[in-house]
Amino acid sequence: MSEPTTSDLVDVQIDGVWHQFPKGTRIIEACRQVGVEVPHYCYHPKLSSPGNCRMCLVQMGTPPRTAPGAEPTAPDETGHLPISWSPRPIIACANTVSPNLGIRTKGDLVDDCRKGVLEFLLANHPLDCPICDKAGECGLQEYSMEHGVGQSTFRERKVKKPKNVDVGPRIRLDDERCIMCSRCIRFVDEIVDDPVLGFTDRGSYTTLMVYPGRELANNYSLNTVDICPVGALTSNDFRFQMRVWFMRETKTIDTNCATGCNITVYARENKIYRVMPRRNNEVNSDWMPDSHRLSFHWIDGEDRLSDPMLKAEGGFRTANWIEVIKAAAKRLSGLSGDQIAIVASARMTNEELYVVSKLAKQLGSELLATVPRQGEPDGYLISADRNPNTNGARLILGEKAVSGGLDRVKSAIQQGQIKALLVFQEDLIADTGLDGVSLKKLDFLLVAHSCANETTAIADIAVPAACWAEVSGTMINGTGRLQRLNKALEGPGQTLPVWEIARDLLRALGSDDNCQSVTEIFRHLADDVAEFKGVAWGQIGDQGMPLIETGEIIPLLERERERKAAGIIVG
Amino acid sequence: MSLEIPPDLEALIDESITHYPVSKRSAVLPVLHHLQTHFRYLSSEIIEWAAAKLELEPIHILEVVTFYPGFRQEAPGKFHIRVCRTLSCAMAGSHELLASLCEKTGIDRKNVSHHHPIAVSPDGKFSIEFVECLASCGSAPVCMVEDDLYERVKDADEVLKSYF
Amino acid sequence: MSEITYKSGYEPHAREHRVIFRNVDRVGWDTSIDTALADGAYEQLRKALTMEPAAVTDEVKKAGLRGRGGAGFPAGVKWGFIPKGNTKPVYLICNADESEPGTFKDRYILHQDPHQLLEGMIISCFATGVHLAYIYIREEFPMAAKIVEKAIAEAHEKGFLGKNILDSGFDLEIYVHRGAGAYICGEETGLIESLEGKRAYPRIKPPYFPAAMGLYLCPTIVNNVETLCHVKHILEIGGEEWAKTGTKNNTGTRILCVSGDVQKPGYFEIEVGKLTLGEVINDMCGGMKPGRTLKAVIPGGSSSKVLRADETFTIGRGDDAKQISIWDIPMDFDSLAACGSMAGSGGVIVIDDSRSISWILNNINNFYAHESCGQCTPCREGSLWMKKITDRLVTGQASPSDIPRLDKVARSIEGRTICAFGEACSWPTEAFIEKFRDELVGDTRPELEGAVVNPETRIANAGLK
Repeated sequence: MSEPTTSDLVDVQIDGVWHQFPKGTRIIEACRQVGVEVPHYCYHPKLSSPGNCRMCLVQMGTPPRTAPGAEPTAPDETGHLPISWSPRPIIACANTVSPNLGIRTKGDLVDDCRKGVLEFLLANHPLDCPICDKAGECGLQEYSMEHGVGQSTFRERKVKKPKNVDVGPRIRLDDERCIMCSRCIRFVDEIVDDPVLGFTDRGSYTTLMVYPGRELANNYSLNTVDICPVGALTSNDFRFQMRVWFMRETKTIDTNCATGCNITVYARENKIYRVMPRRNNEVNSDWMPDSHRLSFHWIDGEDRLSDPMLKAEGGFRTANWIEVIKAAAKRLSGLSGDQIAIVASARMTNEELYVVSKLAKQLGSELLATVPRQGEPDGYLISADRNPNTNGARLILGEKAVSGGLDRVKSAIQQGQIKALLVFQEDLIADTGLDGVSLKKLDFLLVAHSCANETTAIADIAVPAACWAEVSGTMINGTGRLQRLNKALEGPGQTLPVWEIARDLLRALGSDDNCQSVTEIFRHLADDVAEFKGVAWGQIGDQGMPLIETGEIIPLLERERERKAAGIIVG
Repeated sequence: MSLEIPPDLEALIDESITHYPVSKRSAVLPVLHHLQTHFRYLSSEIIEWAAAKLELEPIHILEVVTFYPGFRQEAPGKFHIRVCRTLSCAMAGSHELLASLCEKTGIDRKNVSHHHPIAVSPDGKFSIEFVECLASCGSAPVCMVEDDLYERVKDADEVLKSYF
Repeated sequence: MSEITYKSGYEPHAREHRVIFRNVDRVGWDTSIDTALADGAYEQLRKALTMEPAAVTDEVKKAGLRGRGGAGFPAGVKWGFIPKGNTKPVYLICNADESEPGTFKDRYILHQDPHQLLEGMIISCFATGVHLAYIYIREEFPMAAKIVEKAIAEAHEKGFLGKNILDSGFDLEIYVHRGAGAYICGEETGLIESLEGKRAYPRIKPPYFPAAMGLYLCPTIVNNVETLCHVKHILEIGGEEWAKTGTKNNTGTRILCVSGDVQKPGYFEIEVGKLTLGEVINDMCGGMKPGRTLKAVIPGGSSSKVLRADETFTIGRGDDAKQISIWDIPMDFDSLAACGSMAGSGGVIVIDDSRSISWILNNINNFYAHESCGQCTPCREGSLWMKKITDRLVTGQASPSDIPRLDKVARSIEGRTICAFGEACSWPTEAFIEKFRDELVGDTRPELEGAVVNPETRIANAGLK
């Protein structure tokens, strides 16, 4: 997209200060761009604008009209015409800027409008904040503190509506809290083509509902909870679990598929309570699939490995890292490179993959593989590639590792050519069709994984590896975008990230590699792998950056761009 | 129980859909009118049938049915009486007319509420609804029995005599 | 179905100037096309089809025809809002949802003279390049829908509708679309949503000005029944000649609908501005009821601001300005606006001294609370709130501070909603309080001051302290 030329820009005065904006900019967005937040409920940049909440009313003014035959008013010394202010407020969400427009987001008229709307919204609201999950991040609560009247003058009986309604497998609805902003209805209609929500009845009795017998069950349903500005829609998974103000937020990315939805992880005391999508207009817009969002519960599950384990009489014994690394190095030394294979995971970060690639070099092993994960793309955000970092693996481990690498490793194992196998973050028995019989042909099997599983069960050494929420690093998504993960949790017990495990093994095998941090590894990676040349860690940021061209598209984004081009949404 | 739509009713419905060459959804109101005229009220089966007919989600039909006071989800009496409640009729005595009609038909309106605006006589012959403006303010008070308008109604018997 | 509104032989009042209502209650008249044709129906259509469409619009503009639905916007100007270079289909919708309480004029046109409407509509469609038009008839006029549908079939048969109308090459289909009892469908964008098969939620303007983005997001003209009928008569005598009826800027005739406390309520077609309110009440409607005096008048449908009988009004500007009483108000758009109210839809509701203002206001508030579509916050919550306050007022459960509270609620709605319903529901409250505050306060009980009615608010207020 080309930069707007001067003629596409219009002068707009916001709260007394002149600015320039491209023609067609919505007033609410113009204000936001210059740091003026206009309170709103129904407006959402990714949805159509019905203008129904009336919370974003602002005062507008235009240049005085010149009567026919009269001299036009002269501009002032700044080149602007005087503004005659309208006594009638306008909504900032759907109106666009025009030349010499004046906007006031403060003052008696605007204050009175906001107070009025808030008092109306609270009139029939149950005011049950003490038991509401939304408390702390509720638009009604927030704006009432900031702009409200403080005390309701409503003396009438409140309208009674359905409460605690099961609208779908993952969502509950409290109609008395609903402020009828229609965001959820527009989301299911416009974004996910599952128009099951609607308003019934009318006037103050208007009630959000799903048709009896139908469900809000699509795989994006929980996004309606995110965009609900009040506590009307709540997530069954998060309901009554944790007060929002107690949680720490970490910006990271989802690792359930190659899209790499940008997310925020909400955790307290080393436990994730919820995951929410984070806006990235090049990746996931504002949304994410429910299946990915809710896939964090295993992280504090019973089957997490917490200590390095050494095979011993009748099973395993817990060990410490020094012990297991030394043991592993001992088992590997003396083997030639072609007797060793490594299975890494395309669920690992670039940094982890890079250190593993170094380990392969140190061992002289050329038999490297990742485990492919293909599924049906959903036509929205879920990619056919269910690995989050296939592109990273391709660049760092080489194309051969990603395409056909696993088959080569499997047949080499089955032919008895391989003596030692190192597995990182994969459960070969569950996910590759390799069986325990074949694996038992190996002399030495080391598995680094976050969980105990069938493969760790037959390993000689099984060590606990940090999962996606426990590491920082980078991945390259399906469209070739380099994105950052940020560590949200400490792994359990003695858990270490794969890069530290691989590094320690490297050193035990005689390498002088002594990388101490992910950023340091990234620096080496950027020096070493052509596609990363010149990229600095600090450059990647929260929104990632395009790194390679893959030609892959994200269907939901394509449709969003169409709606933006048609002026239906801001985008 | 499956819904039986008589062929002549479906023919009427199909014809009404042709009035909206641009969007089938536009036919929601006429289709519901035809269905309500035939079935007297719009049950959930009928709502679902209309949705399927117009290739919409049932919620889209329910949204409309519950928005427009002209659509009913509860069975009315054989003769449905609508008495105008709005200003000119009220000034001309529509509250008294309503009371008198209720008394003469044996209708008890004590359970009438926003969600249940219709009260039916014990014999099921009449039902009454106090409705907003029927746009005949110059001949107030007015009421409608089914599609027939009664103007300047002095006495409930004037209205009821031809139905008893 | 009984013949409901046809009173053959009902004589128009001598001071009426019947154009639109020429055939209403006329002896020997019926709704058939033969009767209409014998009376010269569709002659103006023949004439229009020989003209350039733009020339037809010009005549309407010259006539200065203002919309008869309520807002009084010039029809020709409205037609001119179709974007230049438009390539989308254009639609025309006749708004026959007649829904403003106090208004009942379209009822008689639809029931008694459907061909007048059709002719006006066909001409209007020709002028604006429309090939598909709808007549949105309120559900409460079931017989009118049948009569108009029959008239459409007749007009089809005679070649006034369908393909290649009267060999002009102009095609047009008109269908009747029946509403389902929602007042808000009188609002043109609500009507459009309803015609699209949805809840009648009015659209925001901008961007959804019907003339640019109306039905199916195409340019759409929405005109009232009476307005469209006038088009035929404008064509008959020419816009300039037509503009000679009525008064400057308030041209033509319009139909007043009078109801409430007068001896003979009814409908009267008058030259706009040529009669005063006093003449309408005393001459045309037979005056007040015996022993009663005038207390107030709602001059333009129930949403218009009430006029108090003993007020003094100023109309005219500069040297022409004069002070008048309620009886001397000329019944036109501008004079009623100068008096602080509006001509609206022409529904005049007369209130005498036997009436309680609290009761009247409560009746009106009940109507608007029932009819609020509920889409936007102030109207949805405010209209029911106002009803609940006046419900208490008429049952002796209100305290004096409820009156300013009621006024505040109304003023928090006005001017802040998606559509004009916000004004429609708040103006009556504001005006009644402004003009009858003492009487309203007189119906409250000071001893109830401070008594919180709902338990939730009591709890919440405790929590907020």
